[in-house]
Amino acid sequence: MLIRQPRPGDTANIRPSEITPEAVYLDRRRLLQVALAAGVAGLGGAWSEPARADLAPLQFKRNEKYSTTEAPNRYEDITSYNNFYEFGVDKSAPAANSGRFKPAPWTVTVSGEAESTGKFALEDVLKGHALEERVYRLRCVEAWSMVIPWVGVPLGEVLKRFKPTSKAKYVAFKTVMRPAEMPGQRYDVLEWPYVEGLRIDEAMHPLAILAVGLYGKTLPNQNGAPLRLITPWKYGFKGIKSIVEIRFTEREPPTSWNISAPNEYGFYANVNPKVDHPRWSQARERRIGRGLFESRVETTMFNGYEQEVAALYKGMDLKKFY
Amino acid sequence: MRRVFKPVIFLLCLLPLASLVLSAFEIGGTSLGANPVEKIQDTLGQWGLRLLLITLAVTPLRDWFNAPWLIQLRRMLGLFGFFYVLLHFLTWLILDQDLYWAGILPDIARRPFITIGFLALLLLIPLAVTSTNGMMRRLGRRWKTLHRLIYAIVLLGIWHYYWQVKADVREPLVYLGIAAILLGWRLWKIRQRLLTGRLHGRADRPELREET
Repeated sequence: MLIRQPRPGDTANIRPSEITPEAVYLDRRRLLQVALAAGVAGLGGAWSEPARADLAPLQFKRNEKYSTTEAPNRYEDITSYNNFYEFGVDKSAPAANSGRFKPAPWTVTVSGEAESTGKFALEDVLKGHALEERVYRLRCVEAWSMVIPWVGVPLGEVLKRFKPTSKAKYVAFKTVMRPAEMPGQRYDVLEWPYVEGLRIDEAMHPLAILAVGLYGKTLPNQNGAPLRLITPWKYGFKGIKSIVEIRFTEREPPTSWNISAPNEYGFYANVNPKVDHPRWSQARERRIGRGLFESRVETTMFNGYEQEVAALYKGMDLKKFY
Repeated sequence: MRRVFKPVIFLLCLLPLASLVLSAFEIGGTSLGANPVEKIQDTLGQWGLRLLLITLAVTPLRDWFNAPWLIQLRRMLGLFGFFYVLLHFLTWLILDQDLYWAGILPDIARRPFITIGFLALLLLIPLAVTSTNGMMRRLGRRWKTLHRLIYAIVLLGIWHYYWQVKADVREPLVYLGIAAILLGWRLWKIRQRLLTGRLHGRADRPELREET
């Protein structure tokens, strides 16, 4: 009758063969980071030497124009409480189960309606782009929210380098498929691999970024390393993680949560307090990190980015295109 | 031995609450995590449902293990189930919704999973109220009829849970499986009783009457 709930630190269900000795694990990570840092340094010196054994610090400038002045959430909260179903469905699962994931080396395949397609090393995808810090609100469709200092590059500027053609009306993204490193992919909770998409004008909007860092350091595995999408005016699930494929398409591409429950999750998934999720209200949200009392705040249109993005949806019925 | 058993079970039933209290004060390196309200609410709801299922398991276990004394635990387990469900509801009301009635009332009315959960809680109240020896005496045969509500309540609780999760329905389905076994056993007993009755040309054999 007593059903065991896996907890962080609970090792009872892990086979001894699955455990990597910490020294080996740290060594392997350090090796990867040094390799990554060296590789990137060779391509323009965007990264400095890693100062810590874990995640490499990044060189970047804060983009004040697009950053909120709200206090960011604690690093511990951002990295221990999030959804990344590839590592398990509990919000503690990504932090607990992503230790074996290898974010380097990393290749991104670019395909579809563009002139410059092919396979690109992550370093080449980022080459020539200065890293920016963007402090953004993140609103989860589950009605909780955080403020997160991402480090990344504007998505639109990266996409332009692949020279999308006039047929490129949408851009589709795909997450890596690695069931051996991502235990959540062994269960068909969603259709794997995870896919997401944006209309091309949404993708070109300066608020949309490809993030590679968090709190000034390389993105941790559990938050979507090494490359993830951030569209702060949309619900968090649009922010596809560990991206391995970018495809320019003429037709609206399928998206994972829409496939899973089309009446609950639309293609657009814009934050909208007036359009409820069929099962719960979207009018308010719980701001993580404010303790037990009075942590509810009103949800704002487009997550507070209405001024910037409302024009993209002029004349659209947002109740229909949710 | 059996005298020790009841207080031990009583203390065990308090463990989930105790662990939440310890975590809330971060005693012993524990914590409620980034979203403490959600953690409290989910833990209380899960244990409410688990304890109601354990309550439903008492009668079958008594029969399988021929341990009539087990029945003495049933009321306490049921009341603990109610206790956790009530705390789960109060957490939602006070900590999650901040007693924001303009949001709470429409949610109860319009959101099916909340409606179902609320209905389950309402149905538990008469069972808790009539759980005393005095009420059992006063209600007589009707007491048992009334308390059959627990079957519906447990199914509503599982449904409430199933509807609330986003995509991973494995845990609510495990509960449903357990409920199916516990309720199926009762149906099987009724069938057995009817068959035996027919076989012997008697509809009513008191020695086979099942206390469910």
